[in-house]
Amino acid sequence: MEQIKIKIDGKEVAVDKGLTILEAAKKANINIPTLCYMKLDDFNIENKPGGCRICVVDVKGRKNLAPACATECGDGMEVQTSNVRVLNARKTVMELILSDHPFDCLVCAKNGKCDLQKMAQDLGIREIHYKGEQSIYRKDTSPSIIRDVDKCIMCRRCETMCNTVQTVGALSAVNRGFMAVVAPAFEQDLVKSTCTYCGQCVAVCPTGALTEVDDTNKVIRALANPEKVVVVQTAPAVRAALGEEFGLEPGTLVTGKLVAALRRLGFNYVFDTDFAADLTIMEEGSELLDRLTRYLGGDKSVRLPILTSCCPAWVNFFEEYYPDLLDVPSTAKSPQQMFGAIAKSYLAQKLNIDREKMVVVSIMPCLAKKYECQRDEFKVNGNPDVDYAISTRELAALIKQANINFTELPDEEFDLPLGESTGAGVIFGTTGGVIEAACRTAYELHTGKKLDKIDFTQLRGLENLRIAEVDFNGLTLKIGIAHGLGNARKLLDQVRDGSIQLHAIEVMACPGGCIGGGGQPYHHGNIEIIQKRAKAIYQEDVNKPIRKSHENPAIIELYEKFLGKPLSEKSHHLLHTHYFSKENEIIINEE
Amino acid sequence: MVSIKISESKIKKIQEICKKFNNDEGELINILHTVQSEFGYLPAEVQEIIAKELKISVAKIYGIVTFYSFFTMTPKGEHPISVCLGTACYVRGAEKVLDEFKKQLNIKIGESTSDGKFSINCLRCVGACGLAPVVMIGDKTYGRVAPEQVKEILEEYK
Repeated sequence: MEQIKIKIDGKEVAVDKGLTILEAAKKANINIPTLCYMKLDDFNIENKPGGCRICVVDVKGRKNLAPACATECGDGMEVQTSNVRVLNARKTVMELILSDHPFDCLVCAKNGKCDLQKMAQDLGIREIHYKGEQSIYRKDTSPSIIRDVDKCIMCRRCETMCNTVQTVGALSAVNRGFMAVVAPAFEQDLVKSTCTYCGQCVAVCPTGALTEVDDTNKVIRALANPEKVVVVQTAPAVRAALGEEFGLEPGTLVTGKLVAALRRLGFNYVFDTDFAADLTIMEEGSELLDRLTRYLGGDKSVRLPILTSCCPAWVNFFEEYYPDLLDVPSTAKSPQQMFGAIAKSYLAQKLNIDREKMVVVSIMPCLAKKYECQRDEFKVNGNPDVDYAISTRELAALIKQANINFTELPDEEFDLPLGESTGAGVIFGTTGGVIEAACRTAYELHTGKKLDKIDFTQLRGLENLRIAEVDFNGLTLKIGIAHGLGNARKLLDQVRDGSIQLHAIEVMACPGGCIGGGGQPYHHGNIEIIQKRAKAIYQEDVNKPIRKSHENPAIIELYEKFLGKPLSEKSHHLLHTHYFSKENEIIINEE
Repeated sequence: MVSIKISESKIKKIQEICKKFNNDEGELINILHTVQSEFGYLPAEVQEIIAKELKISVAKIYGIVTFYSFFTMTPKGEHPISVCLGTACYVRGAEKVLDEFKKQLNIKIGESTSDGKFSINCLRCVGACGLAPVVMIGDKTYGRVAPEQVKEILEEYK
């Protein structure tokens, strides 16, 4: 690579040709503030519209200031990143952005976590000299996501996530000039769009323009109701990220404190979605083996590959874009819904209460889970298996409201029986984890032999798309793994046209898997945070005395006493589901 | 999921046009031009079918349709009136001319008369600044238009 020399704030730096001033400055440890710019290196995600003009710098010999994010370094270039001219320009730009922004920071969902707010503070804005018109737009509420476009600064990060990364295509910039907004087609509500509720738009929104639906008050009311037995489940990825909300290093495991906090909030039973993840493996793993055995036995009606179905945004995505492949995904419900179904049947029976008396709350790294638990097929006579799904961020807010000193809490254990889980359940939280957990169990069930090595490291990693082979005692399983819906689309298109032959595919809608979910503490564009969470998840797996789902004693007992065996009639009734086409319907009318 | 109501012949025509441009996403603006000249406007259902043919999101198409003032989602009149509001026309009184058209036809910008004969739109510069203020009706250009002439011009089309 050709090297060039550039001087930034008097400091000489040698950089690869083609780098932007922003990237070169980063190399020289010089921080140039950015607002619309976002880059998640390992996932190949970049948002660089050069639109906000906060990152402008003074380039010697150039008449106007240059946006550092979108200007390539030239040999011998001399750049000043913070002279008076630059600082004044940044302030002016910021004041202009703020002149069309509501002033309700104190009651905004993003208060304290807003990139715009932080930038205003960093730039020392104390007054806005420009009083102009403010754009007013209606609020749009869906089951998972709220759009409050008045707070949009047109950074286009959500558009990049929705279109380039996820290929969902629900959002686009529409209209022009002052009237421009980011909106679904025909400016309809999100519910009428192709939105999968993955929440990646929310994860990257710098302001309060896109936020999750806040269900914390519903949870508080349920907890305060003495008539109700309130049961909580926590997803694997939550324990690897919740600590960040309380100032702990990213990647700090807070499983014990999480349990303690939930108990202090007043939940009657604190259980673990990891238990349901183990249960998912029993069902999904058995389904994989069943399909595989029939396929190898010559049954040509069997559809392979089998697709994982744990991720509700992924389910929404294939219902929208692959209605011809609805018989390919596993029929196994997601762990959240399996948990709800078992809690309101098996556990309710054990506690001798009606399902209506029980409230099931789930703590999820995910916003699509809010939509998922409202789906009609997950209700019995109108009563949902899971009543409320709140995000990791919402739980943090609840803990703060309840005045719980989180970091000082003792480590406590989950309640039994639905709190018993294995390392296989934990790794559901990261890309590659579900299929690894499935392999651990399917291998032993298929071969009747114990695994020498529990870790299937070939299935791990953060590359966008991975194809790996797993040896099942002479039978080579070909496995595809995708995280991010755009990567899933690439894989599914190849399955559809027959250009790739795989036995199983794992898909998680969010980059990194659930650890990078739309309901997790904001990563503010720092990919290291997601990497550290993944590390924490695998650490928790290693810490567990049992690391294979089928060895979970509570699962064994559940099958012995209640379900019979995997794929039994009762299992099918409680733990499996079916899918619907969400494809647009074309009605031919005559003129 | 959305229900799209559209006639078979329209779908066929759109498919034909998209195919002429090899169903290439890069030709989207040309496709929209051609489809609009065929149907007069680009209603939601037409955009949905184009999206399906080109395998792109309808939100993206809507974004482009709303960005360019040339594209319209409401049907234009038989004689579409375009009043130039570019700088030269504006300073020479185009707004008064526009107001007179609105008054005479009793419609707002972007609307059509109830008989479907006329519609009014604004545009920015037709490249005939020497003739400012400029009005176009269909393909015919009128230069140095004064508000008093508006009634007379409209008579030509009645």
